Amino acid sequence: MSDLVASSLDMTFPMPEGEKVEALKDISFTLKQGELLSVLGPSGCGKTTLLNIIAGFLLPTGGALTLGGEPITGPGVNRGMVFQQGALFEWLTVSENVDFGLRMRGAKKKETRPKVDEWLEIVGLQGFGDTPTYQLSGGMQQRVALARCLINDPDLILMDEPLGALDALTREKMQSLVLKIWKETGKTIMIITHSVEEALLLGERLFVMAPRPGRLHKEYRLPFAEWGLQQDLREVKARPEFAENRDEILSMIWNMEEEIMGGNA
Amino acid sequence: MSLEMVRLIVGALFILMLCALVWSVIHGRKIAKTEVTDLVFGNPVKALGGWYWVITGVSSILLLWFYFSWDAARAFFPNAANEMCQVAKVDSELNAMRSTFPMQSRLLKGTSFLDREGKLIDRTRRTINKSDIDVGLRDRYLLAADSVDKLLLSRVAEDSLTAENKAALSDIASKIDAVTANLADPGFPGPASDAEQKAGYEQPGWGEGKKEIPDIPNTARGRKFNNVSAQVKAISSEFAKIRNLDDGYKADIKRTSDELKALQASSSAEDAAQAKIITKSLDKILKRIDDGNIFPPGALVSVEDSLKRFNAEQSKQEGSLKFIDAIAMPGGEIRAGSTACTEQGSGRWLPKPSDTLATLVNISDPTVGFKAVPLLWYEWKPASEMLAFFIPDWIADLIPGEYPRHTSDGSINTNLKTKVLNFATGNYNSFSLPIPAGHLWDSIMRVLSGLFLGIVLGVPLGLFMGLSRFAKGFFDPLIELYRPVPPLAWAPLILTIFGINDDGKIFLLFMVAFAIMVISARTGATGTHLSKIHAAHSLGATNRQIIRRVILPNSLPEILTGIRIAIGVCWGTLVAAEMLAGTTGIGFIENVARKQSNYEIIWVTIILLGLLGLLFDLIMRWIITKTIPWRGKG
Ligand SMILES: Nc1ncnc2c1ncn2[C@@H]1O[C@H](COP(=O)(O)OP(=O)(O)OP(=O)(O)O)[C@@H](O)[C@H]1O
Ligand SMILES: [Mg+2]
Repeated sequence: MSDLVASSLDMTFPMPEGEKVEALKDISFTLKQGELLSVLGPSGCGKTTLLNIIAGFLLPTGGALTLGGEPITGPGVNRGMVFQQGALFEWLTVSENVDFGLRMRGAKKKETRPKVDEWLEIVGLQGFGDTPTYQLSGGMQQRVALARCLINDPDLILMDEPLGALDALTREKMQSLVLKIWKETGKTIMIITHSVEEALLLGERLFVMAPRPGRLHKEYRLPFAEWGLQQDLREVKARPEFAENRDEILSMIWNMEEEIMGGNA
Repeated sequence: MSLEMVRLIVGALFILMLCALVWSVIHGRKIAKTEVTDLVFGNPVKALGGWYWVITGVSSILLLWFYFSWDAARAFFPNAANEMCQVAKVDSELNAMRSTFPMQSRLLKGTSFLDREGKLIDRTRRTINKSDIDVGLRDRYLLAADSVDKLLLSRVAEDSLTAENKAALSDIASKIDAVTANLADPGFPGPASDAEQKAGYEQPGWGEGKKEIPDIPNTARGRKFNNVSAQVKAISSEFAKIRNLDDGYKADIKRTSDELKALQASSSAEDAAQAKIITKSLDKILKRIDDGNIFPPGALVSVEDSLKRFNAEQSKQEGSLKFIDAIAMPGGEIRAGSTACTEQGSGRWLPKPSDTLATLVNISDPTVGFKAVPLLWYEWKPASEMLAFFIPDWIADLIPGEYPRHTSDGSINTNLKTKVLNFATGNYNSFSLPIPAGHLWDSIMRVLSGLFLGIVLGVPLGLFMGLSRFAKGFFDPLIELYRPVPPLAWAPLILTIFGINDDGKIFLLFMVAFAIMVISARTGATGTHLSKIHAAHSLGATNRQIIRRVILPNSLPEILTGIRIAIGVCWGTLVAAEMLAGTTGIGFIENVARKQSNYEIIWVTIILLGLLGLLFDLIMRWIITKTIPWRGKG
């Protein structure tokens, strides 16, 4: 079992003036294999920092982090990343982007072809293999980013506001796609978002984080992701339970933001 | 191609371009009217397209060139220059005489002379009064000044003119009248003889031969002016000999001059310096009076009147030539020298487009070239030499054994070492290959070599500097210190170290290109989006792969823009360096042409440089759109 276990993670950034920013403080959680986790919180509460630590781009200043029992010491192919925007390689075509990871690890273009086609079909981009990525729309680009990450067969998929730059309609389609992929592949997925609705829909579990210092404020276990696999997302959103949860979390975050503003004044 | 053909083509082109200009302006205005009026000022879309304005621009420039270089004049008025040359002959003969009268100057020469010398005498009087020389000497100097004044004024008296001079002047007046009559006579000077006609016909045309403008008259009007110029020449020299002098007057001048010298000699030691100055200034005035240029007021009236009649007749006879001169030959005139007629003005330094093209065609001929080197051609080079260029000679030294020594009968045996050496130095028979050669090729190769070295070394260093704090800190001061120095400031040093041949120039260009490439590659590398690098990392790419597959392609837009800039700067530097030293290249051609004042060749080099620059830029633009179509869309 490759579970993600974080125990009392600390992250402080030294500032030029000698002060320190406590981006994360005493974060502990366990993410079981196959779980779908969404993370929500006001801006600057350390979501991206947490993700970067899990991805291996940052080393935490305290605490321990293991994936499947192995400590995380750097970036690795067992953790795939999907970024908000602009992380595709514009000089490559769609299929070259998708098989980038495989080829970097020595695979030949011919060998990767069937796999690339398979993944393009899953994300709904069949026939776009030879298109340069700069000619794609924002939603299509995020599909490529998903395929590029999934083709490496990672244990854990990390997404930092992957749908943040998309319009409402495309966003909804992409949300269904994420749910579908989660269901079909059984991967562990951790997704950061700014939208409360999205966090509710794409979270079997949901962490709400609080700022200064960045910490886990509250955790929810939610049924909506399961529901979303069976019925239309809009129907799920129309459920009274959904509205209840949304209002509760919204006012929680609203209060946190108020606090920050008040503290600043 | 004959001059007639050239004239025909130039004329047709001129009219064609005039029409194109008018049409494109009308078309452009019409399109501007039908366009949706866009109230937003500064909308960049408004600057797109509009090829008809390209036509307007190009044809305006060409028309201006044709016009100001007098190529249009030559096309439309082929005989005008020859006729104007004859008129210019008359003018140049009469110049001295006309300058005596208020024709080319405001005052009669005598009037202004009297005025100027009178003022000078007054000034000398003041100098004498102010000086602190001995009082006796001062009074005598004042008296001398008075007598100089008197001598000056005495020439204005009616009776100062001798009888012979009176007769000579009236003779000149009537001679001028006779020439004026000739000028007015439609029959003068009669039909041309066969020899004259042949000489006129056989001389090289306008701009064809060594003389800029054919000077043997070709038309009736030209022959008239040519004959008149000969007659006028005689009259002019006769007039120049007449001086208002007689023996008594000359003796008076001599006496006054001697008196001045005596005064200076008699001065005491402390007065000597001032006395010398006074004597000198009065003596100078005396020498000018001695020329005899002052006449009694009425003495020259008859000559002046005759000359005026001549001028009027000349202007009448010139007729259309005056308009051609004013309209078709802007910014200058045709002037007659002692041996030939030349264009003076813009026509002098602005060669005609057709002549420039002819020069280009001429030196493009590989058998002509420039200084025995073709512009762009090929030569056969043995393949062995080219191969030897890439094989270092010292590999022969690595073969075991020794090079053979000559034997007692003088023969030299070969061994393996000599064979390898021959191979490495290209010293064997092989087939030959055609290799491009010539001035243009040399210049292009220098630019491309310098650029190539600059890219190959500059891009990796730039990327390294963009990724490493050490490299940035270590190399930045070095590059930033030499980069702002204008390349030409380095040239003397580098040409001394590396020699005036290709090495020095290529190194200079390398320096220029290197700095530009380092900076652009560094900018590109530091501009890489962090999430791209993160993505590559988590996809399993190694550090090397990230540099090669992510940072390098991501920096391509900056690198290619850098190359585009570097090409331009390299051309500029190369031409200047070739002007400093060397025996081939475009800059060399221009330098030699400059020394010979050969403006046509200079224009050819300028045009070639412009076209080559354009060509290189078009190639770069094409490469840029082909290799980085994503630019600005990422
Ligand atoms: N490299 C860094 N150096 C110094 N401080 C940093 C650095 N990265 C993040 N921080 C600080 O850590 C805190 C958390 O940043 P982080 O980017 O994780 O927030 P976030 O929750 O992702 O915000 P957002 O929702 O706006 O993306 C912020 O206060 C930020 O200023
Ligand atoms: Mg963030």
